[in-house]
Amino acid sequence: MIEFRSVSKTFADGTTAVRDFSLVLPSRTTTVFVGSSGCGKTTLLRMVNRLVEPSSGQVLIDDVDVATRNPVELRRSIGYVMQHAGLLPHRRVVDNVAVPLRLAGVGRSEATSRALAALETVGLDPALARRYPRQLSGGQQQRVGVARGLVADPNILLMDEPFGAVDPIVRDDLQQELLRLQRELDKTIVFVTHDIDEAFLLGDQVVILRRGGEVAQVGTPAEILADPADDFVRTFVGLDKARRTLHVEERAGARIVVDGDGRPAGVLGPA
Amino acid sequence: MSWLDANLGRIGDLALTHLWLSVLPVVLGLLVAVPVGWWAQRHPRLGGVLLGSGSILYTLPSLPLLTIIPVILGTSILDPLNVVVVLSLYAVALLLRTAADAFAQLPREVVDAADATGHSTWQRALRVELPLAGPVLLAGVRVVSVSTVSLVTVGALIGVSNLGSLFTEGFQRNYTFEIVTGLVAVVLLALLLDGLWVLLGRLLLPWARTERSAA
Ligand SMILES: Nc1ncnc2c1ncn2[C@@H]1O[C@H](COP(=O)(O)OP(=O)(O)O)[C@@H](O)[C@H]1O
Ligand SMILES: [Mg+2]
Repeated sequence: MIEFRSVSKTFADGTTAVRDFSLVLPSRTTTVFVGSSGCGKTTLLRMVNRLVEPSSGQVLIDDVDVATRNPVELRRSIGYVMQHAGLLPHRRVVDNVAVPLRLAGVGRSEATSRALAALETVGLDPALARRYPRQLSGGQQQRVGVARGLVADPNILLMDEPFGAVDPIVRDDLQQELLRLQRELDKTIVFVTHDIDEAFLLGDQVVILRRGGEVAQVGTPAEILADPADDFVRTFVGLDKARRTLHVEERAGARIVVDGDGRPAGVLGPA
Repeated sequence: MSWLDANLGRIGDLALTHLWLSVLPVVLGLLVAVPVGWWAQRHPRLGGVLLGSGSILYTLPSLPLLTIIPVILGTSILDPLNVVVVLSLYAVALLLRTAADAFAQLPREVVDAADATGHSTWQRALRVELPLAGPVLLAGVRVVSVSTVSLVTVGALIGVSNLGSLFTEGFQRNYTFEIVTGLVAVVLLALLLDGLWVLLGRLLLPWARTERSAA
C-alpha cells in the first residue's frame, strides 16, 4: 500500500507543483493519475521513489515513510518506467534491461538471461537485444523501458506516460500487454497519463487531477462516469461529448449502440 | 641523404623519447582533469573558480616554466621529468574545461534514468556519466595530444632530448635538412598518436558510432 499524507512540493524556483495531496493506493491494484500537462503527475510519481523530496507531508509504503529509507535502495526496490523510455544510450538493449539486476548484485549471465526473458514478456523481438537503444523505434524503446521496470520483479511499478510517445496501434498493443501482465503479476502499479481513455482502460482506481496536484475526483472508472464530481470532471472525461452518451437503437432488425450524434458505436452483446 | 642513413637509429630513439614525453602528460592530464572537471560541474560556484584558474595556467609561457619547475621540484634542469610536469599542467588546464563541459552536456533524462534505476553517485559517475562523456573527452584529448607533441620540442631548448633536438642541432650547424627532418618526424608522430586515440575511441566507445536504423 502506498499512502500520500498531505504532501506538498514547491520547487527551488518557487513553482508549487503539488499542494496538500492525500491519497491511499491499495496494494495489487493499478492507480492512474490523469490530468493535463503540468498538473503535477510526474512530481507525485517521483516522490514515491524519492527522485523528488516533498516540501512537506509524507509518502509511505506499507506504513513506512520513504524519507527514512536509503534512496538508492528504495529505487532499486521499485520499478520505474520513464516518459520517453529513458534508456542508457551506451548500453545494448539487453544490458539496459539487466541494469536493475546488475545493480542488485545479480551475476552477469543470470542477469542477461532474466533480461532476455523480460524482453520476451513485453513482446520484443529477441533479434533486437544486441542493438543499441537508438537503433530502435520509439515503440520498441518503450517496450524495453517496460521490460527494465519489470525485470527485478518489484512489488511496485511506477509508470510515467509510458505509452505517450508511440503511435495509436502500438499503444493499443502495449496497453493490452500491460493488462495481461497485471492479471499475471499482481503488482501495485501507479500509472500516469493525460489520456482519460487510457486511464479508464487500465485503472482500478482513477485519480483526476487539476493544476497543483489538486484531486478533482477519485474513484473507479464506473463511479466517475456514473457520478462526475463537477463540471471540470464532466468535461475532462468527455461526458459533454457525443461519444460518451450512448443509447440503444433498433436498426435493420438489430439492437445497435449509438452515440449522441447517432453514429453506431457497437452492438449489445450477451450480458 | 647520407646524413639521414647515418642518423636513422638516433632519430628512432628521439622519436621514442618524444612519444612517451607526449603520451605521459596527456594521460596524466586526463587522469586529473576528469575527476576534477566532474566535481567542478557539480559545484558550479567553486568549480567556476577552478576552471578559471585552469585557463590562467595555460597562459603561462613554457620556457620560463621549464626553468622554474626544476627549482620547485629539486630536479636537475636536464631531467625529462620537468617537461612531463609542465606539459601535464598544460594538459590539465586544457582538459579541465573540456571535462566539465563533457559532463555538463549529458542529457538530463539519461542521468535521471541512472538515478531512477538505483545507481549510487559513484556507480552513476563511473558507469553512466564517464562513458557518455567519452566522445567529448576523446575530442579534447586529440587536440591536447597534438599540441603536446609539438610543445615537447621546447624541451630541446633546455637540453632534454627529443625530436626537437633535431631543430636545435640543425640551427647550430646551419643544416636545413636536419630541421626539416625534425619537423616531418614531429608531424608524423602527432598523426600516429592521433590515429591511436581514434582507435582507442572505437574500442572503448563502440556505441558512439552506431547509426540510427529505420526499425
Ligand atoms: N525540477 C523542477 N523545477 C521547477 N519546476 C518544476 C520542476 N519539475 C516540475 N516543475 C513544475 O511543476 C509543475 C508540475 O510538473 P509535473 O509534475 O512534471 O507535471 P505533469 O507530469 O503533470 O506534466 C509544472 O508547472 C512544472 O513546470
Ligand atoms: Mg509528466
